[in-house]
Amino acid sequence: MGQFLIKRVLHMIPILLGVSLLTFLLLDLTPGDYFTALENNPQITKERLDQLRAKWHLDESWYVQYGYWIKNLWFANGKLGDLKSQWNKEADGRVWRVIKHAVMPDFGDSLQYKQPSSQLITLRLWNTFMLSLMAMILAWGIALPLGIWAAVKKDSWVDRSCSGIAFLGLSIPEILLGLLALMFAYSTGWFPIGGVESDMYYGVDEWSIPRLMDRFHHLLLPAAVLAASSLAGLMRQMRSNLLDTLRAEYVTTARAKGLGEGWVIYKHALRNAINPLLTIFGYSLAHLLSGAFIVENVMSWPGLGRLTLEALQQQDYPLVVAAVLMATALLMAGNFVADLLLAWSDPRIRLEK
Amino acid sequence: MSLLKVNNLKVYFPVKHGLFSRVKAHVKAVDGVSLHIEPGETLGLVGESGCGKTTLGRSIIRLIEPTSGTVEFDGEQITELSGGELRSSRRKFQMIFQDPYSSLNPRMTVGQIIGEAIDIHHLAANSVAKEARVQELLKAVGLDPIYAQRYPHEFSGGQRQRIGIARALAVEPKLIVCDEPVSALDVSVQAQIINLLKDLQVQKGLAYLFIAHDLAVVEHISQRVMVMYLGKVVELADSQKVCREPKHPYSQALISAVPVVDPDSKRQRIILPGDVPSPIDPPTGCVFHPRCPVAEARCKVESPALREITPGHWAACHLAK
Repeated sequence: MGQFLIKRVLHMIPILLGVSLLTFLLLDLTPGDYFTALENNPQITKERLDQLRAKWHLDESWYVQYGYWIKNLWFANGKLGDLKSQWNKEADGRVWRVIKHAVMPDFGDSLQYKQPSSQLITLRLWNTFMLSLMAMILAWGIALPLGIWAAVKKDSWVDRSCSGIAFLGLSIPEILLGLLALMFAYSTGWFPIGGVESDMYYGVDEWSIPRLMDRFHHLLLPAAVLAASSLAGLMRQMRSNLLDTLRAEYVTTARAKGLGEGWVIYKHALRNAINPLLTIFGYSLAHLLSGAFIVENVMSWPGLGRLTLEALQQQDYPLVVAAVLMATALLMAGNFVADLLLAWSDPRIRLEK
Repeated sequence: MSLLKVNNLKVYFPVKHGLFSRVKAHVKAVDGVSLHIEPGETLGLVGESGCGKTTLGRSIIRLIEPTSGTVEFDGEQITELSGGELRSSRRKFQMIFQDPYSSLNPRMTVGQIIGEAIDIHHLAANSVAKEARVQELLKAVGLDPIYAQRYPHEFSGGQRQRIGIARALAVEPKLIVCDEPVSALDVSVQAQIINLLKDLQVQKGLAYLFIAHDLAVVEHISQRVMVMYLGKVVELADSQKVCREPKHPYSQALISAVPVVDPDSKRQRIILPGDVPSPIDPPTGCVFHPRCPVAEARCKVESPALREITPGHWAACHLAK
């Protein structure tokens, strides 16, 4: 098991390298760079622009830029001095601090924010994570019971209305749903519009109950919009999987044993129907993150998606690459979790030794 | 007294069409079947695919709800039992399924599959007794007791069918409905399973309703044989009589189709024209008349009753003598 884990983590390295390389290539294919917007500024001379571009290696071709980026991950200029200053700062836990600084990769400073990209991302990541998690809880929490209900009561009015809801959910685009939600929030005044919390809580203790409640209140509507699209698909998937296993012979076997219908459905049908859904679970993590791009922008949720989009528009390459890598890592982690769940739930699937 | 008495059992499936699922017609899968099985006896049930043998077997033990008719088992009206009563009665009649691959839950170990039945009917005082019972059952069907820890996918078809038999035996039933228990197995394994079933019958005094389409297998294991065609019984007699001197033209055709290991055999095969008609709209009169080589005018109008042609030999044909 430990070996398997290490293997999976090692597999992530070439993928992350490939993704970063591709991101550099794609950024190079877009016309202009971060400083193009400054060209029209009469107060900045051509020489100054050239200096700035040289400083960020923007005058080189993309693969050279990539080389610099790779080198700066761990071996940036002046890293030794940086480590030395960390060593001299405080006696307490200096060894640990130096090791941490030496090992943690440096994704470079964002061009527009003049702050380390990793810092910017960690700030936003939490918001995106909360949004995705909430959306996932909503989607799975509603879709699975409804799907099971629809399958057990096949062809009843329950099943039909669930099909109707699923049809609606699948056909309304996220952008439209987001706008409708904003309109709903505005006209009823029940939900705040945009942001993660109200201004009045600025500076209040992070974990105080009223502040958390306020955050939850802000979270609810974007999460519901994000959940709506995956909910419909999940519900249909659950229904069809369960219908398949309910028809399986071992379900009849269980009935023939004299097992009660509730147990037959739970123990024999449902536990076998859940397999494909566990695979979807991993992918849905990625789907929620990519879906978050749209929802975060429409509903002004300060998450990773919005940060990435803004960085892309500004051609702030260190931030773009760092954000894309972050999303990739999350996707791989999601798949990994799905694999583990699958192995745990199905004895036929054995992880390779 | 008979162990099982089935009287005029009918199973009709509605055929639904359109937006509001109106019932357009009925598939008459089992159409008025009566039979009885004595304790410790094997009744063979043969017929071609789609004639309703599986539906009959399953509706007798109410895995499919019968449309009408009664089933009396050991003095108890099974057709009138409520859900809970039916579940506790299931202890007395079990089933062995055709497909040993799909009939075992892939997520449970063999021990769990067999043990579940013991749990449901509270047949073991504690988990130690249950495990001992599971091992004893595995031994009874010729498997190593160690296999209790394994999952179904680790076994071959024949072994899985043995597990299915052990599962059915776990609750000490009096009747086992065997739904083509060997048709999914290799020929070499078929004989082992059949002989295992025969041995168990002698040891435990089991009664079988043995469903098959292979007449040779049925003749080997059954005391009496029933032939079905399109949801109806066409012939019922001792297995020797059905196989040696069939009275119904359909049985005659069926018997003549059994391959004989003799290249010089001059036996004449009866080839039936056409296909089995749709059970949604069965032919009038005798359901077999469109394919019958000896049909007369009255066969088209008059439905023949099952009558005793010679003592103990029943056939549903106007012309049988």
